[in-house]
Amino acid sequence: MKKIRCALIGSGNIGTDLIYKIQRSPLLEPVWMVGIDANSEGLKMARDMGLKTTHEGVDGLLPHVLEDGIQIAFDATSAYVHKSNSDKLTALGVMMIDLTPAAIGPLCVPPVNLAEHAAKGAMNLNMISCAGQATIPIVRAVSRVQGVSYAEIIASVASKSIGPGTRANLDEFTYTTSNAIEVVGGARKGKALVVVNPAEPPMMMRNTIYCLTDDKPDEAAIRESVQQMIGEVQKYVPGYRLVNGPVFDGNKVAVFMEVKGLGDYLPTYAGNLDIMTAAATRTAEMFAEGILAGRIELKAA
Amino acid sequence: MSTTTNDGFIDLKGRKVLIHDMSLRDGMHAKREQISTAQMVAVASALDAAGVPLMQVAHGGGLGGNSLQHGFAMHSNEEYWTAVMPHIKRSKVSVLLIPGMGTMKELQSAYDHGVRSVSVATHCTEADTTPQHIAYARKLGMDTVGFLMMAHLNTPEGLAVQGKLMESYGAECVYVTDSAGYMLPEDVKRRVRALRDVLKPETQIGFHGHHNLGMGIANSIAAIEEGASRIDASVAGLGAGAGNTPLEVFVAVCDRMGIDTGCDLFKLMDMAEDLIVPMMDQMVRVDRASLTLGFAGVYSTFLLHAKRLGAKYGLPARDILVELGKRKMIGGQEDMIEDTALTMARERGLLNDKAA
Repeated sequence: MKKIRCALIGSGNIGTDLIYKIQRSPLLEPVWMVGIDANSEGLKMARDMGLKTTHEGVDGLLPHVLEDGIQIAFDATSAYVHKSNSDKLTALGVMMIDLTPAAIGPLCVPPVNLAEHAAKGAMNLNMISCAGQATIPIVRAVSRVQGVSYAEIIASVASKSIGPGTRANLDEFTYTTSNAIEVVGGARKGKALVVVNPAEPPMMMRNTIYCLTDDKPDEAAIRESVQQMIGEVQKYVPGYRLVNGPVFDGNKVAVFMEVKGLGDYLPTYAGNLDIMTAAATRTAEMFAEGILAGRIELKAA
Repeated sequence: MSTTTNDGFIDLKGRKVLIHDMSLRDGMHAKREQISTAQMVAVASALDAAGVPLMQVAHGGGLGGNSLQHGFAMHSNEEYWTAVMPHIKRSKVSVLLIPGMGTMKELQSAYDHGVRSVSVATHCTEADTTPQHIAYARKLGMDTVGFLMMAHLNTPEGLAVQGKLMESYGAECVYVTDSAGYMLPEDVKRRVRALRDVLKPETQIGFHGHHNLGMGIANSIAAIEEGASRIDASVAGLGAGAGNTPLEVFVAVCDRMGIDTGCDLFKLMDMAEDLIVPMMDQMVRVDRASLTLGFAGVYSTFLLHAKRLGAKYGLPARDILVELGKRKMIGGQEDMIEDTALTMARERGLLNDKAA
């Protein structure tokens, strides 16, 4: 069966983990890995796994895009270089999946709005952040039952699972996630907090979601909606699990989640890495299906 | 660094120490973030009159602290600063910024409201989450401190590496922060010395204590002996857990030792007795639960949350705190207190289906 050929930009934790996810996909094939350091571990792994590599950034990839038939690119670099990467590649008709906090394209959380984006055939979709992917489905699960005036999420991640790029740019992570809680989650106001915990052995990614409902929460409907949403996420992240809750306290709804990863590039504690790469892969697959079936035509932007 | 007396003891006479008051920031934790602007003004004015050179004014969690996770204060930080600033003649106002919660936008707002010093805080192993914020504070021309929390969870050598990182981002002072009130004087000395060995001579060292083992004063003096020149304290100890190093007691000890703080002891004593203690909702002291924090090495701010949730789910606060210590929870993970309490309550058969 024909697969859609992909390029991965950024050879850090996210880019490297994506190789595993895409190699398993029945619809996607990882062809290129783009880095900026010839000696990076990620580029070496990519070569060992059979990908073509360049250490000259996106410019090193551009001459090969058409001849190698690249149609989807995943950008796991940084918010600061994403726009330039995206402009160069979309000009060649490559669809961009943005895993940086740049968010120049629409924000995508697969179980909430992927189908809608795929129908529109957007050329650049943003995956928000690991915390966004792990929590916004739950915010949406509450806000689709009744109005949510405020939602707040707390993501705790293992120190070993967070790369240098994210660490040096925590504010971008906070702003992008807070905004997405509103735009995608459906809360009128959103706030995101992140905690990096260095415990050994590393702790599993944990997420707490608080929602303030306008009226007294409809407990039964919210429980059912949350369970249903968890089932949707589990289709691409099997280790997405409810630990406690929903707990109802006045108008406050609290949900305590855990994300266990598949243990591809990093061990299973790095559920944050997994949920990001799995969501991006699922997003690409939805587009790949459309392209292969002739429903989506990628146009040079 | 220090002179030694003829019989071999360290003599701190004549040393200058900058006292940084925590009553209106760490003290917010002890008040469940419920301090009125009128109380803020009264306390800030009294601190100013007593010659305390630097005071922190903010939500207990600092910038971005207003949240379901950390509680909503009676007023926004901006409202507190606006109220307090006109009453301060000599002192400077500082703020706390924990990246992941507070952001540069909020730091800009603090600066615009007259705040001139910032403690950029992270867990003691995560200094590399602070470069943006430290650089931004320096760009604003603020007095910029790197604040390494839960410092007992890193080795002296490891802490020195983290402090050096913060210095490289632009921090002018690096703190050993005993958030759990767990350290003993030797622990403090080793960490301050390790920092002193690697930091530039012009980079200051500070110590922030909690009094959970009753060691706030002794630990602060130990830090000074090894070269610290800034000490955090709060009047009558108003702060999280068993409180911070009690400021007026510390100043009395400094006076006896000949350490120069520039503060007026009697005014501080009066302020503790007449202003701060009457504000307390519960006596801030070493009790069963706050002693547990110090003994088990748990973040002091967890105290009141554990007491409240212990009551809600029928569990002793001490059991919850010990379990949080075992799970290696750190500052900012207050959500995990209810999560842990729920799991413990279920295991003990205390949960009905409804709350599960």
